[in-house]
Amino acid sequence: MVWGAIISFTNYSVVAPSHGVGLANYRAIASDPYALLSLKNSFEMTAIYVPFEMGLALLFASMLAKITRFDGFFRTVYYLPVMTPTVAIGGMYLLMFNGPYGLVDQFLGIFHIPEPYWLTDPNWIKPGIAAMLVWQVGGNTVLYLAAIKNVPQQLYEAASIDGASAWRRFKDVTLPMISPTLFFTFVILTVYGLQVFDQIYTAFYNPSNAKISSDTSLMYVIYLFQQAFDYLHMGFASAMAWLLFGIIMVITVFQILFSKRFVYYEGEQR
Amino acid sequence: MTSVSAEGRAGAPTPEVPPVALGPVEPRWRQRLPLLKQVPFIVLLAAFSVLFIYPFLWLVSASLKTRGDVFNNKLIPSTFAFHNYVSIWHAAPFLRWFANSMYITILAAVLVTFASALTAFAFAYFRFPLRNFLFGCVLATMMLPGVVTMIPVYLIWHHVGLSSSQIPLWAPNLFGSAFYIFLQRQFFMGIPRQYFEAARMDGDNYFTMFWRIAVPIARPALIVTFLFEFKAKWNDLMTPLIYLHGYHQYTVPLGLYDLLGVYSPSAGGSGDYELIMAAFVVSTIPLLLIFAFGQRYFVRGITLQGYKG
Repeated sequence: MVWGAIISFTNYSVVAPSHGVGLANYRAIASDPYALLSLKNSFEMTAIYVPFEMGLALLFASMLAKITRFDGFFRTVYYLPVMTPTVAIGGMYLLMFNGPYGLVDQFLGIFHIPEPYWLTDPNWIKPGIAAMLVWQVGGNTVLYLAAIKNVPQQLYEAASIDGASAWRRFKDVTLPMISPTLFFTFVILTVYGLQVFDQIYTAFYNPSNAKISSDTSLMYVIYLFQQAFDYLHMGFASAMAWLLFGIIMVITVFQILFSKRFVYYEGEQR
Repeated sequence: MTSVSAEGRAGAPTPEVPPVALGPVEPRWRQRLPLLKQVPFIVLLAAFSVLFIYPFLWLVSASLKTRGDVFNNKLIPSTFAFHNYVSIWHAAPFLRWFANSMYITILAAVLVTFASALTAFAFAYFRFPLRNFLFGCVLATMMLPGVVTMIPVYLIWHHVGLSSSQIPLWAPNLFGSAFYIFLQRQFFMGIPRQYFEAARMDGDNYFTMFWRIAVPIARPALIVTFLFEFKAKWNDLMTPLIYLHGYHQYTVPLGLYDLLGVYSPSAGGSGDYELIMAAFVVSTIPLLLIFAFGQRYFVRGITLQGYKG
């Protein structure tokens, strides 16, 4: 790990002897259009993915918390995609989002919604990838469900007695009480979104798919991986990795500062 | 339970509310919606569950179609081509990949479970100088993104001369993993110290204390660790991409990735997507099996994950 920090300052390429190059790798990143583009792509995709994932997980979890029949069945069904190998998801995505012939567009066609070319249209690649990731929303759903079930029942009773509507009970009791869980997943999902590799690599970076791997689907981690193991630019890639680490740290610190206003911890002295 | 809630009610500062309005006393702490009011939620959830289950059905159905039919998106294949499930074992060294994946996954999961348990037990039971500092260091590695360690770890294996073998896929697990250590330590800390003192009186040494008392009590945490690691290793594509170069060394994810490329028509392949679909189904089965056996542990593990924050 520390070694990683050191080689990010060298031009290490496994085969040739290395020597220090100072900050050159970091400067190279700043002037490499693909590194910056992939960083932008990763951020945009994560920005689409995280709100959808959290919103849907919350929606499903609050509905699951209401029912007492079939709840085990639904929980299993919603969790199934989480148990699907990521490579299979990437491969299925290729076929199901395959322009107007894929399952998704045929489904949209029923409602006469225009059918995007998910794999090639730059406007639709990132929402498509985000949708593929959101398919695994079941994991967070189960997490939120557990959090909701931990909310003391007396709070709801008190709120009902005060005449709070179902929406008010959700907004003013459920949300504050589960805010630590929401915040935790917010941080984790952001980090995950910036680092997701398997599915996207399978769908877009198979050697045979070269024609559909466009600039829009180039995620930061994929570019990093290519630099390290396809081109053996280990120093450059290490610098990219440390840059990502720094970015994630900064984001997390911001999220923590930001969360102080919204997250309620039980037992916390105010 | 009922008496407790009745006491709670009596002491509650809500004397102006008529007691009838509270309805029947629930035996459980959760107030349930009447069944009739649940119906809209059940209907909505059922509607959404199509989104999650349909791709599976589609996958299974596509894996049973003939080559000409793979893309027609019909749910029921016009002819059932069960021989796809026979062909995949011949079309590629799939059996070999499957065995590779199994051995790496199980070895890795077992190793990480016990290595983490030993470390976690040490952190939970022994009191030694710098304990909290060292535990902080372990936790700090959790914050590191995997890509940061990816390159130095590769270089270490490269220097040892094992960078194109299967060993790097499981050997790092010998050192445990921060998240699992954290999770198991929480469990071990919950065991009353008297248990261990009693065991010492009976002549146990540290290892038998760990083995006979800590491990059985913390078994749920160990199972959660095993299941999570099994899933992670079974799915892993990036590490095999880095380390495995021989066709017969491949794991299932890497093999599937490779097949997708080989069969793709744009690369001059024959477009045998029905075979790939069948392989996807087969590769999902182990995960579904461990999920079926360990479902409640999964739910428990995910909940524990939440406490981390």
